[in-house]
Amino acid sequence: MQIVWNQSGAPNVHPAERWLSLLGGGALAIYGISKGRHGVGRTIAGLVIMKRGVTGHCEAYQALGIRTAPSNATIPYELGVRARAAITVSESREKIYQFWRELQNLPRFMQHLQSVEPREGGKYSTWVAQGPAGKEVRWEAEMINDIPNELIAWKSLPGSDVDSAGSVSFKDAPGGRGTEIRVELQYNPPGGVVGAYIAKLFGREPEQEIRGDLTRLKQYLEAGEIATTEGQPAGELPKQGRTAGQIVREAIA
Amino acid sequence: MRAVCWYGSGDIRVETVKDPGILNPNDAIVKVTLTAICGSDLHLYNGFIPGMERGDILGHEFMGEVVEVGEKVQKLKRGDRVVVPFTICCGRCLYCHNNLWSLCDNTNPSAPLLDTMYGGSGAALYGYSHLYGGYAGGQAEYVRVPFADVAPIKIESDLTDEQVLFLSDIFPTGYMAAENCNIKPGDTVAVWGCGPVGQFAIRSAYLLGAERVIAIDSVPERLRMAKLVSKADVVDYSSRDVLEELKDMTGGRGPDACIDAVGMEAHGHGLEYAYDRTKQALMLETDRPQVLRRAIMACRKGGTVSIPGVYGGFIDKVPMGAAFAKGLTFRMGQTHVPSYLGPLLQRIENREIDPSFVISHRTNLEGAPHAYQMFNERNGTGCTKVVMRPN
Ligand SMILES: NC(=O)c1ccc[n+]([C@@H]2O[C@H](COP(=O)([O-])OP(=O)(O)OC[C@H]3O[C@@H](n4cnc5c(N)ncnc54)[C@H](O)[C@@H]3O)[C@@H](O)[C@H]2O)c1
Ligand SMILES: [Zn+2]
Ligand SMILES: [Zn+2]
Repeated sequence: MQIVWNQSGAPNVHPAERWLSLLGGGALAIYGISKGRHGVGRTIAGLVIMKRGVTGHCEAYQALGIRTAPSNATIPYELGVRARAAITVSESREKIYQFWRELQNLPRFMQHLQSVEPREGGKYSTWVAQGPAGKEVRWEAEMINDIPNELIAWKSLPGSDVDSAGSVSFKDAPGGRGTEIRVELQYNPPGGVVGAYIAKLFGREPEQEIRGDLTRLKQYLEAGEIATTEGQPAGELPKQGRTAGQIVREAIA
Repeated sequence: MRAVCWYGSGDIRVETVKDPGILNPNDAIVKVTLTAICGSDLHLYNGFIPGMERGDILGHEFMGEVVEVGEKVQKLKRGDRVVVPFTICCGRCLYCHNNLWSLCDNTNPSAPLLDTMYGGSGAALYGYSHLYGGYAGGQAEYVRVPFADVAPIKIESDLTDEQVLFLSDIFPTGYMAAENCNIKPGDTVAVWGCGPVGQFAIRSAYLLGAERVIAIDSVPERLRMAKLVSKADVVDYSSRDVLEELKDMTGGRGPDACIDAVGMEAHGHGLEYAYDRTKQALMLETDRPQVLRRAIMACRKGGTVSIPGVYGGFIDKVPMGAAFAKGLTFRMGQTHVPSYLGPLLQRIENREIDPSFVISHRTNLEGAPHAYQMFNERNGTGCTKVVMRPN
């Protein structure tokens, strides 16, 4: 993950406490949680940053949507967070592209996503995710590039709770090893870059989120189910404190 | 149901927990008829494997009867008698397709974390920490078995539970350790550790054509078993200089292959042992590689060091220069159990081997805390392997 700081010193304005991940218009987005004392101030500051970010977007989208070089895309974007992750899945490009292109499928493996409702053949879509403290977060997304069996790129529309852009590309892996899936994401956290930085310290960085989601996608496509132990028996747990299992689950959630 | 649960280092309790249910379409529920404590469980018992949670159900060596199957299970049905490998395998990924079952891509829910720790995540294991998936283990009355059609093997002959149970882990583990030695006629194989894995490594080395096996340990009962039952020449490392002894026994060449069937909790004596114990206690080193060091030093030029013994983290003062100078080959890893089930069951049916020879103690689940203690102590307990019958 790479964090690009803005020069005006926005980081000092609003320390974010925690992060949750979200999946933005077609793939992923991360945003900060406003909670506690500085909630209001931070939300306002976040909105300012979001606004500032909007102008930079189109270049970012173009960069992300370029079919030949999605992995080298530099985002000429003065503020924001970039993340990328890749995985190889033993299925054909066609099959994986089709699965992803049916945007309703995404909540099957994207952990924080509740639903995606495509309109106009997927050109536009409404996303609902599980936000902080059980709150629902929704946003509108536009598919800005769609090259069958190769690439899908998106951006969130102005006015959304989440401000992000990203792409997923599909490439044959060598020697019959299946398909390389690469996700690139660029977003503006409403909590500001400090939030992203703190999120990194707590291990909840977006790259981890993407990797977790891609791992579940691979499990679903290859093995036909997503590995879980949720609901299995165990001896009585201690009354307080996080258990090793919880810590592990949180670290990879 | 009753289940053997981990509550911390040296703290094993038998608890009443809810019964397992089907969670995924390829699951089955198995009613356990026989289960065992493995040397790997001792690494959990002694607190050397991270990612354990209080209340975790232990056990990865088990067999039983299928009592329920998920909607996608086709091969197994209620009433089938199965031995379940300790590695959980999807059967569909590239690793499973290439018989590298313990490296399965798709069964570990904690894969991204293990990926960060190790640069890659292998198969999930039953009852072996949340790094390895956190699946409830088989030292219980019932156990959930994911991907039930893939790894488990149906037992249709009238072999007893005790004769087939060890197909779940230690027999294939000893066998793969020997297979990794690439044994040629006339070869001498040295095996460190005469625990259950070591015993099966010795037996397997002979099955694969070794001329001679030299076994090393310090526990009298285990050395006796290695000598009398498994037919190895033995060296007691507590009273002999193993390196000198091995050189001498092999006419100055050194063994053609060396098997480390001890792993991260090797014992020893003198300054070197004190050094590793201290570093381990201070968390400067996670594993004690005494045996690995010896195996590298002992092995002949161009030979193979095969490592079934488990390592989890970092080791110190490994003579890499010696390994390099002698052009050694290293083979290691969790056992690819499903590859060996058919061939080894065949050998049991042909009466080439009766794996129940390692069993020294039989008990039920309630006896687990005592059994762990006894198996862990080794010296003076005469305990080589404990099996438990849940019902
Ligand atoms: N690779 C796998 O898939 C796999 C599967 C099962 C077990 N294992 C591992 O294999 C190892 C052995 O398992 P086990 O069930 O036989 O365990 P065990 O603990 O019963 O046996 C270990 C033996 O090593 C001996 N030993 C200790 N220090 C020694 C030394 N310095 N030199 C020679 N011998 C020494 C002990 O006295 C003991 O007899 C463990 O590390 C276990 O985790 C690996
Ligand atoms: Zn084992
Ligand atoms: Zn697999």
